[in-house]
Amino acid sequence: MLEAQSLECVRDDRLLFSGLSFSVSDAEVMQIEGHNGSGKTSLLRIICGLRQPEAGQVMWQGESIKSNRESYYENMVYIGHLPCIKADLTVLENVRSLLDTRSLALANSIIETALENVGLASYEDVQGKALSSGQRRRILLAFLELAQAKLWILDEPLTALDVQGVDLMESMILDHRQAGGSVIFTTHHGMQLDCEMRSVHLGHSNYQE
Amino acid sequence: MLKAYYYLLFRDLRLALRNRHELANPLIFFVLVVTLFPLAVTPTPETLQTMAPGVIWVSALLAVLLSLDRLFKQDYEDGSLDQLMLSPNPLVILVLAKVTAHWLLTGLPLVIIAPLLGLFMSLPMEAVIVLIYSLLLGTPVLSLIGAIGVSLTVAVNRGGVLLSLIILPLYIPILIFGANAVDVAMAGLPVSGQLLFLGAVLALSVSLAPLATSVALRITASR
Repeated sequence: MLEAQSLECVRDDRLLFSGLSFSVSDAEVMQIEGHNGSGKTSLLRIICGLRQPEAGQVMWQGESIKSNRESYYENMVYIGHLPCIKADLTVLENVRSLLDTRSLALANSIIETALENVGLASYEDVQGKALSSGQRRRILLAFLELAQAKLWILDEPLTALDVQGVDLMESMILDHRQAGGSVIFTTHHGMQLDCEMRSVHLGHSNYQE
Repeated sequence: MLKAYYYLLFRDLRLALRNRHELANPLIFFVLVVTLFPLAVTPTPETLQTMAPGVIWVSALLAVLLSLDRLFKQDYEDGSLDQLMLSPNPLVILVLAKVTAHWLLTGLPLVIIAPLLGLFMSLPMEAVIVLIYSLLLGTPVLSLIGAIGVSLTVAVNRGGVLLSLIILPLYIPILIFGANAVDVAMAGLPVSGQLLFLGAVLALSVSLAPLATSVALRITASR
């Protein structure tokens, strides 16, 4: 489904990785490992197409993501470090505006159910500024669930989440895999995933699959 | 595609309405500068009239310049800009929505308040009408060109000076033709030349500036 071909990334004159190739197919979960500053976020941003690799390319369904950006972005959702939450919008409006960028017009009841699933029931009309950082991350989980994407790219998805939140994230990933979706993620927290998992290790330009 | 445009436009308008003090800033700046001028010079109607087109246009231009930061800064800082760039919809359309919202929130209020300030500077009625037209055609161009500059500098800390250096040269023709149209109208001469020039620049920037802005945003994100 997704294929990375000999990617190379240089940041501030430092070579983070080169010749990095891997592929992710349906119903596959992959973890990107590496110490701080080893280029995990840069790699995820390259896979998303937000960052240009120094060399190599990313393919989606056999085509470069540059040439079929539209179909790739319809099937991929990326959640980065930043919360993407507007302080002046309510929880419901925040989810809605995130879904709007993907042109998904869903009924309020569907969004409310998703918010309930992530533990934000009865928070629909609370403004973003009144939420804790964990609750903001939970809005993103609701978005993730509603985004109808086959490929999830998650950068440190467990940041700011409490124990129940971590459990929720894990079960969401397992459900997504069950439904044939794929996940690429990075994390420094121990994620206990009860499934087969592949990993790519970054650092010192030696990586193994 | 059109839906994506309206959704983003309405989101930005809604955000601005919940944050009204920020909305008022450029307008207050505009009114203050224009009202302070007569106090600093000999306020005879003749002096005011000669200065009025230039003073009003320069203040409007600076008011827009000061508000440009708002265009992408917040979205960049909270990560929403990444989500916009990962949208299946063309980035050009989304950029156009953001610029439209910016103009409705800064340019349009300036156009609405300008006639009052024109009369305050004792401009004759014909000139006030031309002032409205010239601002109506000119301020959207300021937002459109400004968006290119902001998208290049949004990732730079304190990029304000850099932003001014990049876009002020591009603003100068708008300033010259805008202020000149009002001058010419006061002399009782036809102004269609100046207004047509502003209209042509507007058409050009509506079609090209969003493209340049989306390319610049992709460059900013890839750093």
